[in-house]
Amino acid sequence: MSAALKMDTPAPLVRVRDLNVTFMTRDRTVHAVNGMDMDLAAGEVLCILGESGSGKSVTLRALLRLLPKFARVSGSIEVAGRDVMAMNGNTLNDYRGGEAAMIFQEPMTALDPVFTVGRQIAEVVQRHEGASRAQADARALELLELVQIPSAKRRLAAYPHELSGGLRQRAMIAVALACRPKLLLADEPTTALDATVQIQVLLLLRELQQKLGMGVIFVTHDLGVAGEIADRVAVMYAGRVVEEGPIGPFMAGPLHPYPTGLLNSTVHGNMRGKVLTTIPGAPPSLATAPTTCSFSPRCGLAEAACDAGVPPMVEAGGGRRARCIKVAPG
Amino acid sequence: MDIATDRGGPGTPLLSLDGLTKHFPIKGGLLGRTVATVRAVDGVAFEVIKGETLGIVGESGCGKSTTARLLMRLLDPDAGKMIFDGEAVGEPRASGLSLRDYRRQVQMVFQDSYASLNPRLPIEDSIAFAPIVHGLSREKANERAREILAAVGLAPAQFARRYPHELSGGQRQRVNIARALALQPRLIILDEPVSALDKSVEAQVLNLLVELKAQFGLTYVFISHDLNVVQFISDRVLVMYLGEVVELGPVDAIYDRPAHPYTRALLASRPSMDPAQRRTVPPLTGDPPNPVNPPSGCRFRTRCTHAEDICAKAKPRAVDIGAGHIAACHMADAGSGHSQAGALA
Ligand SMILES: Nc1ncnc2c1ncn2[C@@H]1O[C@H](COP(=O)(O)OP(=O)(O)OP(=O)(O)O)[C@@H](O)[C@H]1O
Ligand SMILES: Nc1ncnc2c1ncn2[C@@H]1O[C@H](COP(=O)(O)OP(=O)(O)OP(=O)(O)O)[C@@H](O)[C@H]1O
Ligand code: SF4
Ligand SMILES: [Mg+2]
Ligand SMILES: [Mg+2]
Repeated sequence: MSAALKMDTPAPLVRVRDLNVTFMTRDRTVHAVNGMDMDLAAGEVLCILGESGSGKSVTLRALLRLLPKFARVSGSIEVAGRDVMAMNGNTLNDYRGGEAAMIFQEPMTALDPVFTVGRQIAEVVQRHEGASRAQADARALELLELVQIPSAKRRLAAYPHELSGGLRQRAMIAVALACRPKLLLADEPTTALDATVQIQVLLLLRELQQKLGMGVIFVTHDLGVAGEIADRVAVMYAGRVVEEGPIGPFMAGPLHPYPTGLLNSTVHGNMRGKVLTTIPGAPPSLATAPTTCSFSPRCGLAEAACDAGVPPMVEAGGGRRARCIKVAPG
Repeated sequence: MDIATDRGGPGTPLLSLDGLTKHFPIKGGLLGRTVATVRAVDGVAFEVIKGETLGIVGESGCGKSTTARLLMRLLDPDAGKMIFDGEAVGEPRASGLSLRDYRRQVQMVFQDSYASLNPRLPIEDSIAFAPIVHGLSREKANERAREILAAVGLAPAQFARRYPHELSGGQRQRVNIARALALQPRLIILDEPVSALDKSVEAQVLNLLVELKAQFGLTYVFISHDLNVVQFISDRVLVMYLGEVVELGPVDAIYDRPAHPYTRALLASRPSMDPAQRRTVPPLTGDPPNPVNPPSGCRFRTRCTHAEDICAKAKPRAVDIGAGHIAACHMADAGSGHSQAGALA
């Protein structure tokens, strides 16, 4: 059992139980998240890994209550002991950007093109903390320095389009940190960046997370990125966590066949001249809610029992868990 | 329609480029006058050897896609020479190769599998389209389309009549590859062909590309920002920085003994895959400079820890430091005047 689930440990920063998200439109239904459980301790970095469409972004958006109205959402979400599903109006506004903040893959969608970077940060500080204009401006400068933007003072007056990709990403991180959130949600924040800039931003995020003691949920599809930043990983497949555990043992050898296949099919230089291991087939459409192991059609180990029902989460010891009938309890 | 065959012989490069240049004007103001110029590709020279896969890497905006579009002649170069299997491209004189004949022998696959397919055509018809334009009968073209669909691992009986939206991303990318193969080209330019795919699907497509290359005797130019993928697929690797070639060589030489400081930093920026060996210091600080106004001399000098006066004054020459491993850095050039000159040779 993972430490965060034990009765005698303090309540985790994030506690998600049986989260379900279904999108119903006129021409199709998508069961995007199907019974998701997740815990995050204060000051912990959890990476959510998974293929495209597995429900990573929808899960993050659910945590901030940012899903569209037509989405059907059920289950419980607690952040810092508060019931997020019950929030509305002002409480929700205070929570977003106050206790919990989010950064995205494309900073231009999060930054307003018509205001300077400095003004946008100061705005958040004024709105959430009731600070004076002068205090907020001073804080904006502090934040740009915190995210290591060179010539921060000059950059306060810059508009988002005047900054390079890497600097824009830093500016967005500064906006997210403006109110000292306890929880930072990051949706592939370095995916669009060059390798040389990506590693800079990852190192910055790790440093800030430690300095500020934030809990971070970091969505990525890149195992290498998880290896650089995660304490723990949760691998999603078809809207569920199929494996979860500390990063070290996970990278050394996953338990579940899906992440095992993922790790084996990740290209390394030393595979030159070899045929790469692949996972055959494609993920399910999710037009109906899964009633079996969603991975069984692609799994080399599958047998009849895999389709008898959704496999339960097996505790494998050492804080590791997986949803596969072949995993031995530990 | 006849199949293009080897003309120049095995010793002649399939494609040879010299001084290839493309500048994009930036218009501004009320009169729409040119206010600046993006020096996207600036005097690029390299050869593509018959049967090889040449990987191209470099930061966003360094000119990889512009180079690809110049190779495809989707863009006209401002300057530079292109020679395809011994014949000058676009000079339909006695010795030249017309653009039409050139374009048939060179095909391209893009990153965005969806945008490059006609949504209203069944995939079989998309694949047959170009051969029909080039004079093949509809019947023959459809027959070929089905053969190629089978070759890219999409059973024609199941997939031929499907529309692009009825396919997964990996399947669509297979269709794009099939479409590129339909004219039986000799050179395929792949611009980030697997970047939009999931890792599990990426491996399928990479295996397919390796297989097809052997089966059809193809030559690839493979552009990617994924350094692991490039190492896996390439025979030689070309590294670009701000519109210029900074290093070029056999894949093992580039990955095991990178010579240019930029290549070294780029390779060192790869995540380690080992949580016990995390990086603590970024190999390179700052962002790439603006290509409108590139630094004088060596364009990397503003981020290079070895930069000296000479690096601002003179553009480094491309020097062969052994067995076709070329680097454009003053440290690689014994006579450059850099205090570490010759250290790399
Ligand atoms: N607003 C929406 N309306 C309808 N369907 C949606 C909406 N948002 C997400 N979905 C669907 O929900 C599923 C999960 O999407 P999600 O964005 O969470 O995937 P993801 O894991 O973040 O993938 P990626 O790696 O591609 O970002 C997908 O099938 C997606 O098409
Ligand atoms: N049609 C155009 N008009 C003006 N500028 C352009 C045009 N096409 C490309 N550029 C500029 O030329 C430079 C090189 O662009 P290019 O697309 O070749 O880069 P790239 O190496 O492919 O980058 P990426 O890795 O992001 O795909 C960039 O600065 C880009 O903004
Ligand atoms: S030429 Fe000078 S600035 Fe350029 S890479 Fe070499 S040492 Fe660095
Ligand atoms: Mg997403
Ligand atoms: Mg490009």
